[in-house]
Amino acid sequence: MALYSEKVIDHFRNPRNVGVIEDANAVGEVGNAKCGDIMKMYLKIENGIVKDVKFETFGCGSAIASSSMASELIKGKPVSEVKKLTNKAVAEALDGLPAHKMHCSVLAEEAVNAALEDYSKKTGIEI
Amino acid sequence: MIYADNAATTQMYPEALKTMSDSAREFWGNPSSLYSHGQNAKDLIEKSREEIAAVIGAQPSEIYFTSGGTESDNQALLSAAYEGKRKGRMHIVSTAFEHHAVLHTLEKLKKEGFEITLLDVHENGITVPSEVESAIRSDTCLVSVMYANNEIGTVQPIAEIGRICKNRNVPFHTDAVQAVGHINIDVVKDNIDYLSASAHKFHGPKGAGFLYARKGSKLENLINGGAQERGKRAGTENIPCIAAMAKALKISSDKIAENAAVTSKMRDRLIAGLSEIPHSALNGDADRRLPGNVSFCFEGIEGESLLLLLDDKGICASSGSACTSGSLDPSHVLLAIGRVHDVAHGSLRLSIGEDITTDEVDYIIRSVKQVVGYLRGFSPIWRDLVSGKKEFIL
Ligand SMILES: Cc1ncc(COP(=O)(O)O)c(C=O)c1O
Ligand SMILES: [Zn+2]
Repeated sequence: MALYSEKVIDHFRNPRNVGVIEDANAVGEVGNAKCGDIMKMYLKIENGIVKDVKFETFGCGSAIASSSMASELIKGKPVSEVKKLTNKAVAEALDGLPAHKMHCSVLAEEAVNAALEDYSKKTGIEI
Repeated sequence: MIYADNAATTQMYPEALKTMSDSAREFWGNPSSLYSHGQNAKDLIEKSREEIAAVIGAQPSEIYFTSGGTESDNQALLSAAYEGKRKGRMHIVSTAFEHHAVLHTLEKLKKEGFEITLLDVHENGITVPSEVESAIRSDTCLVSVMYANNEIGTVQPIAEIGRICKNRNVPFHTDAVQAVGHINIDVVKDNIDYLSASAHKFHGPKGAGFLYARKGSKLENLINGGAQERGKRAGTENIPCIAAMAKALKISSDKIAENAAVTSKMRDRLIAGLSEIPHSALNGDADRRLPGNVSFCFEGIEGESLLLLLDDKGICASSGSACTSGSLDPSHVLLAIGRVHDVAHGSLRLSIGEDITTDEVDYIIRSVKQVVGYLRGFSPIWRDLVSGKKEFIL
């Protein structure tokens, strides 16, 4: 399909890290049903490292692909690095998104940051 | 591939395609030329006009060839509006779920000082005639109500609205782009003053359509130039498309009852099958709808991802979700029938043709069930609904 790059299509068809982490210590949910995309990120952070990540997404093809790519980009990374994840990095890793779909990559960045904030709030650890 | 998007466009009938190439090869003279080579092309156009007029109960002189539904809508609305303005009547009645070809033209007229009343189409997607009647004022210069809606397929009470408009002496336009060739239309019986149609919705070519304007109705030129179309639509005629449109309309109208019977049976099978999906709902009235239209909302999922996964399964369908349109708002049609945003995002339109088989219908049902289940499996909204954190709407 010409609308999306092959990478987007691949991540949409075979999303990585789909699901829930029951004992996650960092959960972030962003977006709303009104605008049509919602992302929820579950992280398991241990010793400053994102040991595990899972996501749930309600949204279009690029929203699902963006969450999948973001989850891959942060898995196994130190939280200090994860905090620097940008929507641009997500979009670039997907070989680009159509202009009107860039908001999906923004949502992925926001979902990761929301999870980190949740972690700080729960643990008192500043990231 | 299973093509279930006939409301977007249809595949040309092979006979219409043949008419198109034959006429391009043989009737390439300019219809405005005097020699017989040109006049033969002119004859072909007039023969096409007669055939098309006969299908909707019009006179040939009341048919104007255009570039399609959009142009016909524009010309009908602007003609009636500017005629109204000349008489000091600047109020227009239409509905909230018209095609953008109508709505955006009305917006333009609004900027020019016209007052627009958009009627509610209620939960079932049907305009209420008495509400048309009460909306008409002494300064109303036009009523425009579509014959059948392109997204949810609901067929409007056109004959009743036509009668009201006639009694109140207000010109009546109907955008019949989705209806022509699919349901029987009689412009005289229905008291229609202007009617828009588009060839590619009834197995004709794209970029061709017609406007019916009852004798005596005003027509304003959108395209100025030569004297073609009795001076109302300039430009050398698109002979191959006009001839092919007439051919396609003849074929579809000759089999209209037969096609509708077959298609509506398949439609109802689809509706029954998809209704088994929990927390789903049919959009629009179940009975008063086009023979080929199925429109659903599924709670907890988003339409674009549904379409992409159906495409992977070889099914062509469409959705009124925001993400398929490039805006953040879902379709104005779904919002007009009261679907809230959350639900409107999860819409699916299947518009089938008479060639669809029972096996294909059953395959579509299985595929939609599977994809909806899969997407709900990792939807945070669905999780909240199932866990009771949020209340189901459907
Ligand atoms: C109800 C309705 N009106 C108008 C149009 C526009 O027709 P066309 O594509 O021929 O310009 C369409 C088709 O998309 C339609 O469904
Ligand atoms: Zn999106």
